[in-house]
Amino acid sequence: MMKEGINLDAKSKGHKYYQEKHEELEKGHDYLVALAGNPNTGKSTVFNALTGLRQHVGNWPGKTVARAEGSFKYMGKRYKLIDLPGTYSLLATATDEEIARNFVLFAHPDVVVVVVDSTTLERNLNLVLQILEICNRVVICLNLVDEATRKGVNVNAEQLSIDLGVPVVPTVANVGKGLDDLVEAIAGVASGTIKTSPRHFALKAEIREALNEVVPYVKKVVGDVPNIRWITMRLLEGDARIREALENGELTPLAKSNPAVK
Amino acid sequence: MVTPTETELKELFEKVEVVASPIRGSLHDYIVSSIYADAEAIASKAVSKAEVSESDLGARIDRILTSRTLGFPIMIALLMAILWITIEGANIPSQILMAGLLWLEDQFALLFRWFGAPAWLEGVLVHGTYRGLAWVVSVMLPPMAIFFPLFTLLEDVGYLARVAFNIDRFFEWAGAHGKQGITMTMGFGCNAAGVTSCRSIGSPRERLIAILTNNFVPCNGRWPLLILIATIFVAPTFPLAISSVIAPFIIVIMTLIGVLATFIVSALLSRTILRGEPSFFVLEMPSYRRPQVLRVLYTSFIDRTIRVLYRAVVWAAPAGAVTWILGNTYISGETLMAYLADILSPIGLLIGLDGVVLLAFIIAIPANEIIIPTIIMSYMGTSMITELESMFELRVLFAAQGFTFVTAICLMLFSVLHYPCATTTHTILRETRSVKWTLLSNLIPLAVAFTVCFVVAQSLYALGFS
Repeated sequence: MMKEGINLDAKSKGHKYYQEKHEELEKGHDYLVALAGNPNTGKSTVFNALTGLRQHVGNWPGKTVARAEGSFKYMGKRYKLIDLPGTYSLLATATDEEIARNFVLFAHPDVVVVVVDSTTLERNLNLVLQILEICNRVVICLNLVDEATRKGVNVNAEQLSIDLGVPVVPTVANVGKGLDDLVEAIAGVASGTIKTSPRHFALKAEIREALNEVVPYVKKVVGDVPNIRWITMRLLEGDARIREALENGELTPLAKSNPAVK
Repeated sequence: MVTPTETELKELFEKVEVVASPIRGSLHDYIVSSIYADAEAIASKAVSKAEVSESDLGARIDRILTSRTLGFPIMIALLMAILWITIEGANIPSQILMAGLLWLEDQFALLFRWFGAPAWLEGVLVHGTYRGLAWVVSVMLPPMAIFFPLFTLLEDVGYLARVAFNIDRFFEWAGAHGKQGITMTMGFGCNAAGVTSCRSIGSPRERLIAILTNNFVPCNGRWPLLILIATIFVAPTFPLAISSVIAPFIIVIMTLIGVLATFIVSALLSRTILRGEPSFFVLEMPSYRRPQVLRVLYTSFIDRTIRVLYRAVVWAAPAGAVTWILGNTYISGETLMAYLADILSPIGLLIGLDGVVLLAFIIAIPANEIIIPTIIMSYMGTSMITELESMFELRVLFAAQGFTFVTAICLMLFSVLHYPCATTTHTILRETRSVKWTLLSNLIPLAVAFTVCFVVAQSLYALGFS
C-alpha cells in the first residue's frame, strides 16, 4: 500500500508554503527529522523501527517514491519523522530527487538522518557529501553492518565520523541493533548538545576563488546561512529553482514558531 | 530574518553572470567529480576489506538467475510454481469457507423470518447482498492469502530486482528507460503504486512511456480473477491428468501477453509520439537478504490481502445495489439489465465476451476487484439456479448464461489489457498533470484490449471453439 501524507512535490511553492508546512509537520512535536538515503539501504526499515509503523519494505531500489511520516518520543521530546524518497544524488534531475532536495532545503528539518549501506559506502558517500553541503545538522546511520561483515567489509565508524564531522551510528535496523544509539544521536544533534562541523568537499583553487568572489553578495541576500557555499555553487551552475528561491526568500532559515525550540 | 532588496538581488545575479561565464560549461562536471574524489578518499580511509567467500555465492546465484539462457525459464517456472501452490492450496479452504458462510446465510434467513421481515427484504439483503459478499470472500480470500505472501517473499529476498534486470534489455530495445523494468514489476502489485514509482525516471519522455504502459501487467485486484477463471473454466476442459498444471500455465501465458503488450506499446510510443534518445542508466543489484518471514506474512496480509478484499467488499455493495436496480427495473417487460446487456451484446460477442461481462467491466471501473462479483450477481439475478453449494457450481451458473471457453479466455485477456481502474487513472492525472495523457492512458489499453480479444475470439471461433 502506498502511503501518502502531505503532498510536497509541487515544483515551485513559495517560502510561505514551506514555512507553513514546517509548522504543520512539526505541530505537536518538538523536532522535525528527515530520513534520506540511497534506494535500498534499509531506509524504510529504519523508519518503521523508529516509528513503529509498518510501511511495506521491499528488497529492491526505488520502493519509496512518495513520502511517509510518523513520529516517536525520546526523553520527553516528540520527534516528527519524514521518510524521503531514496535517491543517489540531490542534483534534482528526476522528480524524486527534487522532492528530497526541496524538502531538505526548504522545509528546514531540525535533523537530517542519512541512511547509508555499509556494503557500498563509497557510492553512498556521494549523497552524504551533498547533504552535508545543504544542511549542517546531520546524523549518519551506518546500516547493514552485519551484511558488510559477512562480505568481509569493515567500516570504521569513528574514523568516518571524524572525516565527515557529524555523528556516525552503526546499525542493523531489521533486528533493531544500534537504534537506541541512533535516537540518542538524533536527540543530541537536534538539541545542540552534539556539535557538528560538516565536511565540505575539496575544490580546486580556481573554483574556490570564483565562489569566494560571489559569496559576499549571496550573504547580503540570505544572511550568513550554513549552506552558503552550496547556494553559490548552484547559482554559478545556473540552477533556476535556487535563483527563484533567493528572490522569494525561501532559503532564509525559518522563524521558529515552536517555543520548545529556542 | 533578512529581506533582500531589489538592488541586492540584482547585484548578486550580475556578479553570478560575470563569474560564471568562463566556468559554467565545465563547472557541473567538475563539482560532480570533486564529490566522487572526496567520497573515494573518505571511503578508503574508513573501509577495510577482508577476503570472504560468501559474497561470491550471491554473484554465483546471480549468474544463474540473470543468465541469458536460464533467466527467463527460471522466472516463468517460479511464477508457475507459485500459482500452482496457490490454486492447489486454496481449493479446500475455499470450500470450507463457502460452506460456513452459506450456513450463516440460512441462519440470517431464519432470523429475518423470526422478526417477520417481508420476503423481498430477506431476498435483497440475505440472498442478494450477503450471498454476493459470501461468494467474494470465499472465492477470493484463500488464493490471496497464499499468493500474496509467496510473491512478497520473492520481493523480500531480492528476486524481483533480478526480474527487472532480466527484462531490462527488452526496454532498451523498446527505446524506453531501463528503470521501467522496476516500475512495471511494481505494477504487478498495484498499478497506482507502479505509476507513482515512475517518478524515479528522470526523462519526461521515458517517464510517460512507463506511465502509459504500466496497466498492462495484472495487479493485485486482477490476479484473483485470473486464478478463478483459469481454475474453474479453462482447466476442466482439459484431460484430468494435465488439468492441474493447465490453470497456472494459462495464467502465466496471460501475464506474458501483458508484458509483451508493455514492450510493443512502449516501442510504438517511443517511435511515434514520444520519440527521443534513450537515457543511460545503471541498475543496482541489491544483495540477497534473508526474508523476514513473519513481517512478510503480516505486511502481505494487511497491505495486500485485506486491502484487496476490503476494496472488493466496499465496492461490491454499491455495485450490488446497481446490479439489483438494473435487474429489477423493467422497461416494456424487460429488465434494464437485459436491455443494456442486449445493447452491448453485439460488441461483446465480437470480442468473445457477452453483454453482461462488458456491463460488468463498466460497473467495475472503480475497482478491478469487483468484475467477478458483478458478473456473479448479474447472472444470479436472472438465473433459475439459486443454491450454489461449491466453487464448481459457479461453472454451471455461468454456463447456463452462455459463458463458454472462448468467453473465459477473452475475459482474462480483456482484464489484463483493458483500461486502468479509477484509482490508477486518478494517479496518472496527478502524476502527468495532463488530461490528454490521462485520456490516452485509458484509450490505448482499451484499443489494445479490443484488438487482441477480437483477433483471439475470431480465431478461436474459426478453429471450431465455442
